[in-house]
Amino acid sequence: MTVLFGQLFTGISIGAVLLLIALGLALTFGQMNVINMAHGEFIMAGAYTTYVLQQSITGAGLSLVVALPVAFVVAGTMGVLLEVLLIRRLYARPLDTLLVTWGVSLMLQQLARDVFGSPNVQTRAPELLTGNVALPGGLTIANNRLFILALALAAVAALTLALRLTPLGRRIRAVVQNRDLAAVSGIATSRVDRTTFFLGSGLAGLAGVALTLLGPIGPTMGTNLIIDAFLVVVVGGIGQLKGSVIVAFALGVLQATGEYLTTLSVAKVIVFVAIVAFLQWRPQGLFTLRTRSLA
Amino acid sequence: MTAVTPAPPSTAVHPAPVGAVPPGRPAGRSRLRTLAGFAFGAAVLFAVAPLVLSDFRLALLAKYLCVAMVAVGIGIAWGRGGMLTLGQGVFFGLGGYAMAMHLKLADAGPGGMPDFMQLYGQLDELPLWWRPFASPWFALPATVLLPMIVAFGLGSLVFRRRVRGAYFAILSQALAAAMVILLIGQQGTTGGTNGLTDIKGFFGYDLDDPVNQRMVYFVIAGTLLALLALTRQLIHSRYGELLVAVRDGEERVRFLGYDPASVKLVAYVVAAGMAGLAGALFVPAVGIISPALIGIVPSIEFVIGVAVGGRATLLGPVLGAVAVAWARTALSERFPGTWTYLQGLLFVVVVAFLPGGLASLWALARRRDVGARPVRRGWLSLGRRRAERTEVPAA
Repeated sequence: MTVLFGQLFTGISIGAVLLLIALGLALTFGQMNVINMAHGEFIMAGAYTTYVLQQSITGAGLSLVVALPVAFVVAGTMGVLLEVLLIRRLYARPLDTLLVTWGVSLMLQQLARDVFGSPNVQTRAPELLTGNVALPGGLTIANNRLFILALALAAVAALTLALRLTPLGRRIRAVVQNRDLAAVSGIATSRVDRTTFFLGSGLAGLAGVALTLLGPIGPTMGTNLIIDAFLVVVVGGIGQLKGSVIVAFALGVLQATGEYLTTLSVAKVIVFVAIVAFLQWRPQGLFTLRTRSLA
Repeated sequence: MTAVTPAPPSTAVHPAPVGAVPPGRPAGRSRLRTLAGFAFGAAVLFAVAPLVLSDFRLALLAKYLCVAMVAVGIGIAWGRGGMLTLGQGVFFGLGGYAMAMHLKLADAGPGGMPDFMQLYGQLDELPLWWRPFASPWFALPATVLLPMIVAFGLGSLVFRRRVRGAYFAILSQALAAAMVILLIGQQGTTGGTNGLTDIKGFFGYDLDDPVNQRMVYFVIAGTLLALLALTRQLIHSRYGELLVAVRDGEERVRFLGYDPASVKLVAYVVAAGMAGLAGALFVPAVGIISPALIGIVPSIEFVIGVAVGGRATLLGPVLGAVAVAWARTALSERFPGTWTYLQGLLFVVVVAFLPGGLASLWALARRRDVGARPVRRGWLSLGRRRAERTEVPAA
């Protein structure tokens, strides 16, 4: 029983990381059908922002708190720049966007290498987040994992509320559901796109801050994360968030269980096979947005 | 070629969609030009290059030509079929590993085990799945058939359920990621991160001998020319027209009574077979196959050569792949960091602003020369941009 719960929590905490890195993608991929391969590098930017802030702010706890909004803005600004300079010109060609943003991600990686050096760097974690929480039954849960879970859930909640309740959220939903009709109704779709891209990229920055708690950060960290993140969005179905949330946790638990029963590498293959099998059943993902648009 | 198309199959009484058929051209002249082109290519590869280049440079060219073979396959699947496959490294790797396993076993002699197994593993005997590769009659066909079988398996599942566009690209990339993780994880039987290294012999020939290295080069050059001839026949056949039609309007082709899934599947499997063959020949040319050569990054680097050269043309992918690989060696020897920037910039500039690749520059220049005469869609035809527009999944 203890083992079962332990694995379940491991799965949930893997899922929380997946959710955090995929949330921004769910927004940008969902709204604009844009495959942003540089999303992983925005995560990296968030992580390095934490690192840089720690050079001047000595308190690990304070620097983490400061890093969250700063990383959001840094990554978000990078996203808006990318959108304005390149992606906007390529809306009709989603596959080409993929290749172009991959080129951008290569350059950003090299930039990180030139600025921070190729070896991984380490950030300090606040004291509060280094310990464990002991649960009855001899179970322990690492504090940093709990923090990431809380951050992921908070981000989902904030995003959901923003999409549901604010005028901006209403406009975003309108553009996702039917871009032409939204444009006809007087919504400046290109401005909404830019804002969405800011939010989505900013969420990548948040994910980057959270990942500094789990291990060292380096120039290629984004490449390793991006595929998992895209798989979550593809399987979850684009156009809404709940699919990504469910799938992130499901894949996390599947990965943890597979790892427990076999090895890490076999577990990855199991997850891949499960995804292909799942897409046989629902090729458009878990939830599809039903619209009358003919696109 | 198109003037003598046979009657369509009974399922389809309609002609192929308008726009898929290249404008008519005098068939005889075109064939003559193609033959002249092949003769020129053969002269360059077989006579000029070995005379001009040193042994070291010739070995590098052999490596580039292997990459070019993968590029030819990507040109079919992506340029002609609209399937952006970001996982060709998997097929390249399957071919390469199949060949390397055979060569390792041949080096080790009958009953012997490859050196790395004794190094890492507590293995007492050869793993079961290694054993068939001792026989060249199994290993050589396997270099091509294994990738084709994997591509057939994935493709028939995915295309039938109409997973396409970006979804397909991401799945193919995830396949590359899964394969690399599996190879690294099973270090005892696959060599892990190091891969299969130190391959000395090639069917009884010593690979350290420069004469034999030249022989390998000639085999590779000949194979590439043969693949190009095959590809030319393929893209100028009825099937080639159908493939372009599926790329430009999958739903329309379906309504005409064809099955787009099988059309795409054939292109994907052919591309996989070419990548497998390339991987198999890469091993004797370079002497190593490892996860670093087949993962996500190399897989996407295969694509950049194709994009630079011109995705929808016959020669574009080959020239682009060789040019990019050459530029990479030339620049990364001296300025490793600069090359990465340049590579990223190439992706951005070529794909965003020159989607037809360098081949389209050539076509543009020609149009200017000829003046009013329309550009003919020959084997350096412009890649058309309508393709992906139809691939936006209905969201």
